[in-house]
Amino acid sequence: MSLTLEQVLRVAHLARIEVNEVEAHATLGRLNEIFTLIEEMQAIDTKGVEPMAQAQDVAQRLRADRVTESDQLAQRSAFQAIAPETEAGLYLVPKVLE
Amino acid sequence: MKAWEVVIGIETHAQLATRSKIFSGSSTAFGAAANIHANAVDIALPGVLPVLNRSAVECAIRFGLAVGASIAARSVFARKNYFYPDLPKGYQISQYELPVVVGGSLLIQVGDSEKVVALTRAHLEEDAGKSLHEGLGQHFHGRSGIDLNRAGTPLLEIVTEPDLRSAAEAVAYARALHALVRWIGICDGNMQEGSFRCDANVSVRPVGQPHFGTRREIKNLNSFRFMQQAIDYEVQWQIATLEDGGCIEQATVLFDPDSGETRAMRSKEDAHDYRYFPDPDLPPLTIDRQWVDKIRSQLPELPAAQRDRLIADYGLSAYDAKVITGSLELAAYYETAVAVAGRSNAKACANWVMGDLAARLNKENREIAESPVSAHQIGGLVARIGDGTISTNIARKVFDALWSGAGSEADEIIAREGLQQISDSGSLDTMLDELLAANAAMVAEYRAGKEKAFNALVGQAMKATRGKANPQRVSDLLRKKLD
Repeated sequence: MSLTLEQVLRVAHLARIEVNEVEAHATLGRLNEIFTLIEEMQAIDTKGVEPMAQAQDVAQRLRADRVTESDQLAQRSAFQAIAPETEAGLYLVPKVLE
Repeated sequence: MKAWEVVIGIETHAQLATRSKIFSGSSTAFGAAANIHANAVDIALPGVLPVLNRSAVECAIRFGLAVGASIAARSVFARKNYFYPDLPKGYQISQYELPVVVGGSLLIQVGDSEKVVALTRAHLEEDAGKSLHEGLGQHFHGRSGIDLNRAGTPLLEIVTEPDLRSAAEAVAYARALHALVRWIGICDGNMQEGSFRCDANVSVRPVGQPHFGTRREIKNLNSFRFMQQAIDYEVQWQIATLEDGGCIEQATVLFDPDSGETRAMRSKEDAHDYRYFPDPDLPPLTIDRQWVDKIRSQLPELPAAQRDRLIADYGLSAYDAKVITGSLELAAYYETAVAVAGRSNAKACANWVMGDLAARLNKENREIAESPVSAHQIGGLVARIGDGTISTNIARKVFDALWSGAGSEADEIIAREGLQQISDSGSLDTMLDELLAANAAMVAEYRAGKEKAFNALVGQAMKATRGKANPQRVSDLLRKKLD
């Protein structure tokens, strides 16, 4: 299996990553190399092997349902100090409407 | 003209009633100032890691047990990737291939018939933030405001099989599910605040066609009325489109309550391209048998079981039992009233709760939880009707007094106002003798065979005692005197 240039541009659009034509071609080449590698791996017989969802064989640790935050106003100020634009506590972004 | 069959499946997002978020220690409280409940995890600063909230998992297990589903011993969190400014990570943590709750079913009632709706699954996920497009100052024209307080609020997404065949069935299902999640205490069910929102997948096909038609998904229905209207409109639109020779394109649509119409929202090109993969930040969730058993032992009696018990043990009609088990609050109110009035008065309690009380609450637009008359008070009142202390008519006066706060218990009001029924023969005897003497004409009429005159005499007796005479006793004594 190999990708087309259109697929690369589409995935870039889904992730809102801007790529120019040169970058798109280069990315296509690199992604196809990865697909070649996957094809090689798919030659291995994995019948009867349960797929892993995680590289480590550990279970999820759970936390108690407790609110651990305090002084949220100061925290918000600290976070918003590095935001490009804020207003009335809101983060401002270019208008998005569907 | 062809006959069409409607096929509907519902996806519901129920916000889980936890104190903190699903993967962080931020509060889930509604209505705070913008971004106050958005910590480093919620706004996705680099380097943060999610840690799963135990209570959110417990809510999912409670739900699974309540619908007879299987609880997955091992389930997996996945990243659902899409770009939107109110989704700070660029992906939503959800579950995909291995959800926590699998299968199960919900019994619904549509009119007089019952139907079992099969559930596909229920999975845990985080909510997104909110985008505000209006209400910003003039010079912020062309911007949207992002509030991430809701980002990371735990959701249980509950998905049905395409089992529903009409808007009425869809609404009946949504109502039953709404009642259930509130009943088991996993969701406050507040639809105005978005705690319970439904998406309806709607398609139509000619009757007899084995495969489903192409579906369109109506998003974010946050009232039962809108759900009914939106599906009705969508069904008519799809049938009209197909009968005009057109075809349905798969799409996500929004319902506009003002126009009563649905309109397509996302372009087909971008829809459903979420590139799911297991989240490397979260190892699989394991749930052992002991944990499930412990939660099972803490589940309240479920509405269907309580309904059957009210019919079997209290002798209620199926309809009464259904109404009373419509919500946990109403069922609890009723049970308290019966506990006070005694089981022999269970039917009378149902009549009062669903009759006078419900009518009064409805008139004043109040919920059962806000009733000025407590379950204890209603029970005390019904007990006094049951033992003959007061008549039903007098009971209504006592009820009014309880409603307006003119007394704390029925017994107190009855004693203070002297409302006890007059049942003893001695005092009724004297009163009736006087009455007969004063109404000789009526007596003559009765003796001439006019039954009407007898009723008039009973009425006179009730009037003379200001409604306090026991009407049955009056009737018995009168017959004895006249016949």
